[in-house]
Amino acid sequence: MAENEILFDEEIDITDVVCPVTFVKAKVALEELDDGQVIAVRMNDGEPVQNVPRSIKEEGHQILKLADNEDGTYTLYVRKVEEA
Amino acid sequence: MADEINYAELKKGGFMKQKQKGFGSLRLKVIGGNLTAENIKVISEVAEKYGRGYVHMTSRQGVEIPFINVEQLAEVKEALAKGGVQTGVCGPRVRTVTACQGSEICPSGCIDTYTLAKELDERYFGRELPHKFKFGVTGCQNNCLKAEENDVGIKGGLSLEYKDDLCFSCGVCIKACRTGALSLVDGKVILDSSKCNNCGRCVKSCPANAWIGTPGYIVSFGGTFGNFIYQGEELVPIIEDKETLFRVTDAAIEYFEENAKPGERFRKTIERLGADGLKEKVRKAYEGGEE
Repeated sequence: MAENEILFDEEIDITDVVCPVTFVKAKVALEELDDGQVIAVRMNDGEPVQNVPRSIKEEGHQILKLADNEDGTYTLYVRKVEEA
Repeated sequence: MADEINYAELKKGGFMKQKQKGFGSLRLKVIGGNLTAENIKVISEVAEKYGRGYVHMTSRQGVEIPFINVEQLAEVKEALAKGGVQTGVCGPRVRTVTACQGSEICPSGCIDTYTLAKELDERYFGRELPHKFKFGVTGCQNNCLKAEENDVGIKGGLSLEYKDDLCFSCGVCIKACRTGALSLVDGKVILDSSKCNNCGRCVKSCPANAWIGTPGYIVSFGGTFGNFIYQGEELVPIIEDKETLFRVTDAAIEYFEENAKPGERFRKTIERLGADGLKEKVRKAYEGGEE
């Protein structure tokens, strides 16, 4: 697949916290966005990358991509979906 | 109180003799760990009036009211019945069917555990057998209800189907998978079925609904977690329908009934006779054929 760069409006680093604050931090950041805006969430390998994407999906937001930063972290690109 | 008290008979009705003469702890019937508010109210009233004002929660989601006077047992049972509460069982028979909250409540759940627990209870509860026999139902691989410690354990899982036209190769499922069963090859996800444990984390995490999960039952046999500890083993593949599931559980319980010595747990029977006989019977039931 072509390496399409994803444009984003905001970014947040959750590598400095552990579960469940990882998700909470991401959720709070998402709340501050407008509908349709994209955020890049940088998270650690292991438990965060196993669980945070799913939790964000369950909140109803749209996941665009999970990129491996090849430094033990991943970046998840999420488009905010405002509740109907 | 001139007559002899038949404690074995009382035990059958969930009344267990205490150290304190004339008193027993009364086990109540609970299915899948759920009690209604009405149930709890009457239990509370009975514990206050006939017991010592407290209950004991058992390790298998049961509730017992200690310090029930054996002379008042009939009265206590009647009072409980008014709030829809029945007594449980002890001794050599099918015990409380335990369950987690399952897919109706829990985001991780793959099967409706409570409905299944009620069905199992209706089918087997109290059935007389050579020794105690326990069923436990857990909704997913997180295994909150510890399926494999039961004589028959049932665990929810998902069988997978991949819709590659929906997949946009985001990579989320590959990281969500805990068994390393998924990999990304040429922009598409490849499943190594030999590594998949049917946990369904790919289905739950996929933002494109490219993984379709069909719920199923992963059954383990011969678990025990008391004096002797053994993790029940899976003898058949994941089961997708209840008809097959009940054929398989019927087969297991029949095998135990037919082959166990009195006072012998399922695991010990399997060890004494070897697993082949049980495997064959369960396999046949799984395949659907009459014997």
